[in-house]
Amino acid sequence: MSSPGSNGIPKILVFSTNAISDPGIDLAGSAHLHYSTAVQVIPLPCSSGVKPSWIVHALKRGFDGAFIAACGGDCAYLSDCTTRTGALVTRTQALMKEHGISPKRLKMSGLCSVCADNFVSHMNKFQQELKSLDS
Amino acid sequence: MAHKRRIGVYICHCGGNISDHVNVKEVAEALLDEPGVEISRTHMFNCSDASQQEMVDEIKEENLDGLVIASCSPKLHLFTFRAMAERAGLNPYQYVHVNLREQCSWAHTGDKVGATEKGINLTRAGVAKCALTHPLTAIRIETQPRVLVVGAGVAGMRAAISLAGMGLSVFIVERGNEPGGWASQAGRMGPDDRYGPEVVANLLAQIRNHENIILYTSAELTAKSGHIGDFTATVRLRGEEDVSLNVGAIVVTTGFTPYEPEDGEYGWGKPGVVTLKDFRQMLEAGDGPLTYNGIPVRDVGFIYCVGSRQTKGDTCPEPNTYCSRFCCMATAFSASLLHEFEKESGQTINQYHLYRDVRTYGHLEAVYTNARADGALFLRWDPKEPPRVEQSNGRLAIKVKDTLLGDEELELGVDLVVLATGMTARKNDTLNNVLKIPESKDGFYNEIHIKLRPVETAIDGVFIAGTAQGPKNLAESVASALAAVVKTGGLLKKGYVNLEPLIAEIDTDKCVWCNECLKACPYGAIERVLCGDKEVAMVIDSSCKGEGACVPVCPQDAIDIEGFRDNQIMAMIDASLKELVAA
Ligand SMILES: Cc1cc2nc3c(=O)[nH]c(=O)nc-3n(C[C@H](O)[C@H](O)[C@H](O)COP(=O)(O)OP(=O)(O)OC[C@H]3O[C@@H](n4cnc5c(N)ncnc54)[C@H](O)[C@@H]3O)c2cc1C
Ligand code: SF4
Ligand code: SF4
Repeated sequence: MSSPGSNGIPKILVFSTNAISDPGIDLAGSAHLHYSTAVQVIPLPCSSGVKPSWIVHALKRGFDGAFIAACGGDCAYLSDCTTRTGALVTRTQALMKEHGISPKRLKMSGLCSVCADNFVSHMNKFQQELKSLDS
Repeated sequence: MAHKRRIGVYICHCGGNISDHVNVKEVAEALLDEPGVEISRTHMFNCSDASQQEMVDEIKEENLDGLVIASCSPKLHLFTFRAMAERAGLNPYQYVHVNLREQCSWAHTGDKVGATEKGINLTRAGVAKCALTHPLTAIRIETQPRVLVVGAGVAGMRAAISLAGMGLSVFIVERGNEPGGWASQAGRMGPDDRYGPEVVANLLAQIRNHENIILYTSAELTAKSGHIGDFTATVRLRGEEDVSLNVGAIVVTTGFTPYEPEDGEYGWGKPGVVTLKDFRQMLEAGDGPLTYNGIPVRDVGFIYCVGSRQTKGDTCPEPNTYCSRFCCMATAFSASLLHEFEKESGQTINQYHLYRDVRTYGHLEAVYTNARADGALFLRWDPKEPPRVEQSNGRLAIKVKDTLLGDEELELGVDLVVLATGMTARKNDTLNNVLKIPESKDGFYNEIHIKLRPVETAIDGVFIAGTAQGPKNLAESVASALAAVVKTGGLLKKGYVNLEPLIAEIDTDKCVWCNECLKACPYGAIERVLCGDKEVAMVIDSSCKGEGACVPVCPQDAIDIEGFRDNQIMAMIDASLKELVAA
């Protein structure tokens, strides 16, 4: 199954949202809040549109974890965005299990457009958790 | 077979912002190996006029059919480079942006090797996405030159008059029996001493005189269909009769509801404890001394920030954390009104203003200065120990620690306590069901961007203005109403609108019309159509917002969002792992 990336540092694929969480992640960079270079972001319009198959594909191909940075309550499209994305996570985790992947390799959190610190601490924590999964 | 793509990749130094931490030359060279990449080079500033001209020339000369710009965040220059692509004759939707600054160089300063490796991966993902783009055209929609304004407070009335002045037809729908909103009940208003009811009467006279405006009172918007530029609105009159209006845009100015204190909050419920609205009306009540329950008023205490700037606690599980903006000014202005009353009536009245911070910002500072010159005494309290209002000897006593006097505990005997209650979001269930405008945490309607797009909402063609969007004084309400007028006029006077084509597309071969996408779509943008003799789902282009809620629910995997297609995301994932997969 998925093996840790180069130097044993877990690789994380983040799905962000163009209007809300991606600016939050931008802000982490603007503030030079360091996080691992093994974190890579693909921005989407809204977290409610993430396909479970994308996440399973990413984890099978070599990412060690996937993180959905949802817009939370700030979503401009959907008032129930968090509920919908939460349901997607549950579905994806079921699919991951079918593929023999630990559901702990997927995480989701609402991330606002100024949640820079939050993003960095999520990444650090998630990498620690992924390391302990692989040890 | 797909033809071989001709993609140009341009990596930006950003003057050093990127190249100090990412080896941009190495990134550019690595990308030359990617399938479809014709050109890969760096620029000191991709966004400079000279670089843009070079890229335009190169796109034309080399006949490129794809463009990848790796530079700062797309939030800054997406539209710059889209326009550049168009100038070069390249479809703007065949350009892909890679965020090499905010999400790479700036986040990984001090790790040039790691940042360069990541930069290569990010740019590879961009190229992989670009290779799967195809030309898209904006969706063009004709617009109707008519506007619906919901709510006839000062913001709505002012907006209607200006819209009509642009030559648009305007329908105003007011739920109450009378137009005017809260200004009708606010008495003499600061900072410039305009009489609220008179402001309203002037606006109403202009509305009545305007042939292009129809005002419906006791009316409510109960249904809406259609899309930006061409909505059909159903308005129920007096709860019985329906009229149908065809409009190109909707401006929502439904205002606020004053905060209603909890029982016992600052003495609320005790005789002599009133709101600022009550107090303004008492001042107007006519000749004779100012009295409460027949007893002349000698001392008045004003308490600021009631229902605003709250913190979460046992007594306040859902705090209004925001400042209501108008109340400091309106209350301090009332100090001068009271002083004027004193002079005219000869009645001596002491006034105490118990505040947290005086937020009479900008020019409104003069109102505060005048209040102090007019004898109002300002005492500052700490939110940890708010003033308490009690009954004592047939009067009221306010107990407060004045932080400006070294926390000295004072007891002020007063006849009247005036609570400067803030603004809260208005309950509007019917309307919210119809329009589905997103709300902020505080319950006010949410704009798209607080600074850059303050009167537009996520619903195209629906604008918000006045206090419906958040607390504002009268001048600010009017300013935002006029901003909405400009945005609405800009939309409707042009006669057509171009929409982003980054929306859902359904593969009719795969679709079996199971209805799941329709159920998931928050915008009613899916309809059932016949495709040959097969029932399938179709996307209504003008209503789809492209957020993608329908994509993961389709059991047949039949839906894609343009710009974020399944094959593009998969290719991006593979491309960012290229090193690992190859190893
Ligand atoms: C006591 C008091 C004193 C004030 N003093 C001052 C002052 O001194 N200086 C100052 O600058 N500001 C003052 N203000 C603030 C000022 O009154 C407001 O900024 C202004 O009136 C806001 O106007 P609006 O049109 O946004 O909202 P509103 O006045 O709330 O108007 C909204 C209108 O929409 C209608 N409506 C609501 N829902 C619907 C619906 N679903 N369908 C149809 N219609 C609907 C309502 O009936 C109402 O007529 C004061 C406010 C109060 C309450
Ligand atoms: S304007 Fe003044 S009284 Fe009103 S909430 Fe803000 S600080 Fe408090
Ligand atoms: S969910 Fe998929 S299969 Fe079902 S109707 Fe919609 S597009 Fe067709």
